[in-house]
Amino acid sequence: MAGLTLTVVSPEREVLREDDVDMVVAPGIEGELGLMPRHAPLVTQLQAGTLRYRSGGDERYLTILGGFLQVMQDTVTVLADGSERSDEIDLERAERARAEALRELEEARTSGDDATVIRARLALLRALARIRTAQRAGRG
Amino acid sequence: MANPLELRRRIRSVENTRQITRAMQLVAASRMRRAQDAADAARPYAQEVLGLMQQLVAATGDDLLPPMLRTRPVEHSAYVVMTTNRGLCGALNTNTVRQAMEDVEESRASAEVSVIVIGRRGRVALARLVPMIAAFTDISDRPTAADILPIARMVMDGYLAGDFDEVQIVYPEFVNTLTQRPTSLRLLPVVLPEDTDPRDADVIFEPDPATVLEALVPRFIETVLYETLLELTASEHSARMVAMRAATDNASELIDALGLTYNKLRQAKITSEIIDIASGANALAQRV
Repeated sequence: MAGLTLTVVSPEREVLREDDVDMVVAPGIEGELGLMPRHAPLVTQLQAGTLRYRSGGDERYLTILGGFLQVMQDTVTVLADGSERSDEIDLERAERARAEALRELEEARTSGDDATVIRARLALLRALARIRTAQRAGRG
Repeated sequence: MANPLELRRRIRSVENTRQITRAMQLVAASRMRRAQDAADAARPYAQEVLGLMQQLVAATGDDLLPPMLRTRPVEHSAYVVMTTNRGLCGALNTNTVRQAMEDVEESRASAEVSVIVIGRRGRVALARLVPMIAAFTDISDRPTAADILPIARMVMDGYLAGDFDEVQIVYPEFVNTLTQRPTSLRLLPVVLPEDTDPRDADVIFEPDPATVLEALVPRFIETVLYETLLELTASEHSARMVAMRAATDNASELIDALGLTYNKLRQAKITSEIIDIASGANALAQRV
């Protein structure tokens, strides 16, 4: 049985293109989403999180900062707002971003600045997505 | 110009200028390549977004289309005019601004018009011609997708709030190194090209087509803006490269011409000195 073709693109570049993928697990907007070959055609939104896929016994991880996923004839295409392979993640920077977002969130909550609360929460989600992806890939 | 010292000074000054224009030419060439690479790298995403848009529009049905895909009578048009921050790039900005003004005049027959300008050059050129909503002059030489977010936000908010009923982009399309063509493109309301390759109709949409489409439209707008911004960047550097090459060539020509004049002058001086000495010697010889 032929595997899946997985393509991950972000606005600035193609992040990944791989053939013969056995399984993809993506952070769907309504929960984790497992995809195997011969999946029915599907279009869904993604939330910030980790996308993992298995290929030849190896499990690999990518950060997804929200976006869309499309399954069509054993081709999985991810249109990510931003995405990095686990080995590209700058963990230190993500940790700093998390601390910064938490601090901003705290400040904005006490001052009742709703716009900043939303922005800080999004920044926090992005930082967490990166950190968790790196952790699952066994880094740090 | 008859003074040899003066000539030497001019030659040296033109040589300095040539050094600068040649350096600028090389820098522009490398930046142009980088901008082209960025445009190539951005293409896969843009193609996927477009394909997905077409598919979602087909699945959503006309009466559920989000507002940014619906046309309405145009009472107010907004133009996004893309120009460079820096000059020394030939007629690039002049051509873009001229195209923009032609379009603006045409729209003015039936609607109110205002502009959103990108680039300092355009801000200066359009300042008194059209009411300006905003000018973005802090976009870097190496634009990232994040650079266009404030512009996209402004355009979409304005359209949804009814401040304007259509948005056009005018930008210099990068055709090749020697040619940049001022081009107009409608950004809003979104009009998609005919789907040449309609995909499978039996698709599951989560949560549902209209919701996914509504979330995707902003990405589409951002993508179009990012692509045109990369076109602008590639056009800017190629135009500058060509302009600087011409300047370098002109400087070389000028140096040659000045050198020729200088040598002639020197030759003439030597000749007249020899004549002086020779005739002096002759006069002495005759006296004896």
